[in-house]
This record gives sequence, structure tokens and C-alpha cells, in this order.
Amino acid sequence: MAEPNARLLLEDVSTTYLSDSLRLPVLDKVSLRVGEGEFVSLLGPSGSGKSTLLKIAAGLLKPDAGRIFLNGAEVSGRAAKVGYMPQQDLLFPWKTLLQNGALPLLAAGAGKKEARSRVSELLPVFGLEGFEGYYPRQLSGGMRQRAALLRTVLIESGLMLLDEPFAALDALTREKLQEWLLGILSRFKRSVLFVTHSIDEAIYLSDRVYMISDRPGKIVQELSIELPRPRSRTVVTAPRFMAYKELLMGSLDLH
Amino acid sequence: MKKWASTARRSLPSLNFLLLLIVAWEAASRIAGTPLYRLPPPSTIWQALIAGAPLLLIHTRATLSAAGAGLSLAVIVALTLAVIMDRWAWLNRALYPLLIISQTVPIIALAPLLLILFGLGLTSKIAVVTLVCFFPLAVNLMDGLAQVDPEAVDLLRVMQASPAMIFRSVQLPSILPYFFSGLKIAVTYSVMGAVIGEWLGARAGLGVFMIRSMRSFKTDSLFAAILVVVIVSLVLFKLTELAAWAAMPWNRVKLNNQQEE
Repeated sequence: MAEPNARLLLEDVSTTYLSDSLRLPVLDKVSLRVGEGEFVSLLGPSGSGKSTLLKIAAGLLKPDAGRIFLNGAEVSGRAAKVGYMPQQDLLFPWKTLLQNGALPLLAAGAGKKEARSRVSELLPVFGLEGFEGYYPRQLSGGMRQRAALLRTVLIESGLMLLDEPFAALDALTREKLQEWLLGILSRFKRSVLFVTHSIDEAIYLSDRVYMISDRPGKIVQELSIELPRPRSRTVVTAPRFMAYKELLMGSLDLH
Repeated sequence: MKKWASTARRSLPSLNFLLLLIVAWEAASRIAGTPLYRLPPPSTIWQALIAGAPLLLIHTRATLSAAGAGLSLAVIVALTLAVIMDRWAWLNRALYPLLIISQTVPIIALAPLLLILFGLGLTSKIAVVTLVCFFPLAVNLMDGLAQVDPEAVDLLRVMQASPAMIFRSVQLPSILPYFFSGLKIAVTYSVMGAVIGEWLGARAGLGVFMIRSMRSFKTDSLFAAILVVVIVSLVLFKLTELAAWAAMPWNRVKLNNQQEE
């Protein structure tokens, strides 16, 4: 049924936000696909239902209509095992960095000792060596995001769903972390669906960009980004980068 | 340690005032020559405390065991109620008004009924304590559970964590501060509840000691018992604060060593 190589496939997903007094259509027949090893961004203004879409993909919300396939199997009304990283870093303030990182392993049934050693091994990769005993509030924003990403990577799944992971950071830290994320991905080989409202971020990171419109969210454009990898920071000044940017800005105005 | 020093400094004015009050009381009752059975001076109360210490100790132990058992039961009842009322909204709507009504019935009126139900022994005292203690605990725990971040629960669901692990990792630590706020109120209520229970009928305990002292016009002994109740309550309150401090190490970490990139 589903395409063989699709990590994630959404077919005509629609959903409506219901409260006592209003019926707000949030997503309107959204279809998208994340292939094996692909980095796909979902770009759109705030309030366009991007976070809702990620929750639906993770099986945390049930859409009104449409079908979702994860690794070829249909997701139905049950939280799926994916590397979901919600908008706030959501590190638990009562757990140390090491304990936070160990959560996905413990949830998967690993022993405490094994979980500890596996997290410890990864700490240097995430630039967090020596901070295992720190509580989240003692860490800077950038370190918290890296810790949250470490935890996400440890969820045993080929797919990561990242919800604006860098939105709350200052511009310099954000750029640093974007570059660093690409490095991490070349090591861990994950398919990614990345939600953002920054055009630059989407182009710089992605193989493909879906542009979603303001509410109700509708895919208004799909753009393949053909910039060579590995990408250095200077790629943002390349003429091709500019052309992509113009294209995406244009479709943002139109809708 | 620094914290303790600053606590001492902060309580210095109230200690000074207390001292002044005691001195004034002592002086006034000596000058006026009030009969001892009416209002004994602090020095006489102190003597009664020392002289009655062995007996007071026995009664204090009885009161404390009733307070401790009642409080433990109250914690279990409150936690169970809070969890099921948080889980099922209709149960919350059904039970919440009843919980409030349960607190509007004067405990003094209820205690004789408990006495008829459970007799003169420990059980009726425990029942009184549980009845007065579960409410502040339950209300605080319900508030705490309502504050739990649903996103945190979602995150663990995606990790395929079991409901037990989700409760242990998210709900339980999130409600700890609320639990301890409730517990601070409940521990002071627990001693008072036990004494009231004893007052209305029991074989041992500080309440019983008070009644006996009163009936034999040993007002100094009555005051000594009151002093013991105050001290015991203060100690329990401090112990609760200490337990809160020990149970939530993440609240103690200093922020000034926040790390930068």
C-alpha cells in the first residue's frame, strides 16, 4: 500500500479543532512524505497547524480524516515509536541530564546500568561531557536543546519529528546548532521531519521543503533543495540559495 | 547550613518578643498573686513540665502514634482520591462538593459518632486525625496533578513507556511540591486532631492528660501539656520542611553556575 521507501507518509490528513464554542479547521487534506534518510522541512507561519501535524504523525492525535503510514505500517490511534521532540525542550527538571537521556532506554526496557553507559558514551558527541550530573535549569538554552536531541536520538526509530527545536534560541546559537545538527545526522542516519517558521533554516537543512499555509493548513508548495552536502554555513550566500528563498517568500505572500 | 543561620536570624525578633511576654507574665502573676489554679506563672509551668516529664512522655508517645497513623492513612486516602479524581473528570465533579462538605461538619460534632463507631481505643483517634488531615493533602495533590504538563506525558507515550513509568517519571515528581505544601498543613493538624480525639474519649494521650489535669485543678500541668503540643507540632513542621528539602534535590541547585556554550 505505502511506498516502499517512505519512512513517513501522510495521505489527505484533515483535522478540526473543536472547543465549546468554535469549530476551527486546522489541517486541510495535507499529504506529505519523508523518504529514507531524507531531511524534510515543514515551513509555515505560526498557527498553521504544524505542531498538530507532528502530533498526528506521532500517533498522539487522531485526525478527522486521512491515513498515516510509519515505516510502511498504518498508524492508528496509538502513540507510535518515533523520535518526537516537542517544541519546548521538555527535559524533566527533576532529572539530571544523564537521567533525562536515559528515559527512552529505560522505557524500552533497558537496565539502569546499561542505559547509563549508553548515554555516557554519547555525551561527548553532543558536547555535554562532564555535565551528566547537572539539572536542566543549570544548563544554557543551547545545551538543553542538545540534551533534548540526545534523548530523541535514543528513541529507537528511523524517524525523527522535530518541532521548532531552535526557535527559542538566539540567532548565533541557532546557526551553530543547525550546523551541528547536520553533523549529528550524518552520524546517526535518521530521516527527519523538521518543523520551522524560518525560511533560511528550512533551506539550509533540508532535502525537501513543504510550505504550509495559514490556518487551515494546506500544503501550498513542495520544493526540492538541490544544494550539495556537506553544506557549510557560506551556502546561505549562494545564488541558488537566494533563488530558493525568493521562491518560498513568493508563495508565502500568495497565500 | 547558611540557610539555618538565616532562619535563626529571621526568627530572632519573634523569640525576643516571646521572651518579653514570658517575663511580663511571670512578673504580673507574682505581683498580683493570682492563685496557681487560675493562671500559674511560667516558672511553675516549667517545674510541672520537669516533674511530669516521665508521664508526659508516655502520653506524648500515645498522641504521636495516633497522629502518625492517622496522617499516614490520610496520605494514602488523599493520594488515591486525587489520582482517581484527576483521571476521571465525572468522578471529580461528583466527589469534589462532598469533599468540601466533609470539611464543613465540625469535627467536635463528628467525634462522638466516631467514638460510638470505633470505641475508646486508638482507632477512633486515628479516624479523627485522618478526617482533618486528608483534606489539605487531597486539595493540594489535585492542584498538582492538574498542573502536570500533558506534553511531558505525550513524550513518554512516544517512547512507549508503561503507565507506571509515566506516573513515576512525570506525575509523581510534579506533584511533590504540592504534596509537601499540603503535608506542612496536615502535620500540624495531625497533632491537634489526635488531641481532640483524646479529649473526647481515650485511654491515653496528651488530650487525656489535659483533661485529668483540668479536673484536678492542676493548671500548671495543663499548660505543660500545651507546651508539649506546641513543641511537638513545631518539630514535626520542621521535619516536614527537611523532608521536602531532601526529596527535591533539583530545587536546591544553585543557578549562578549556569553553563554557557
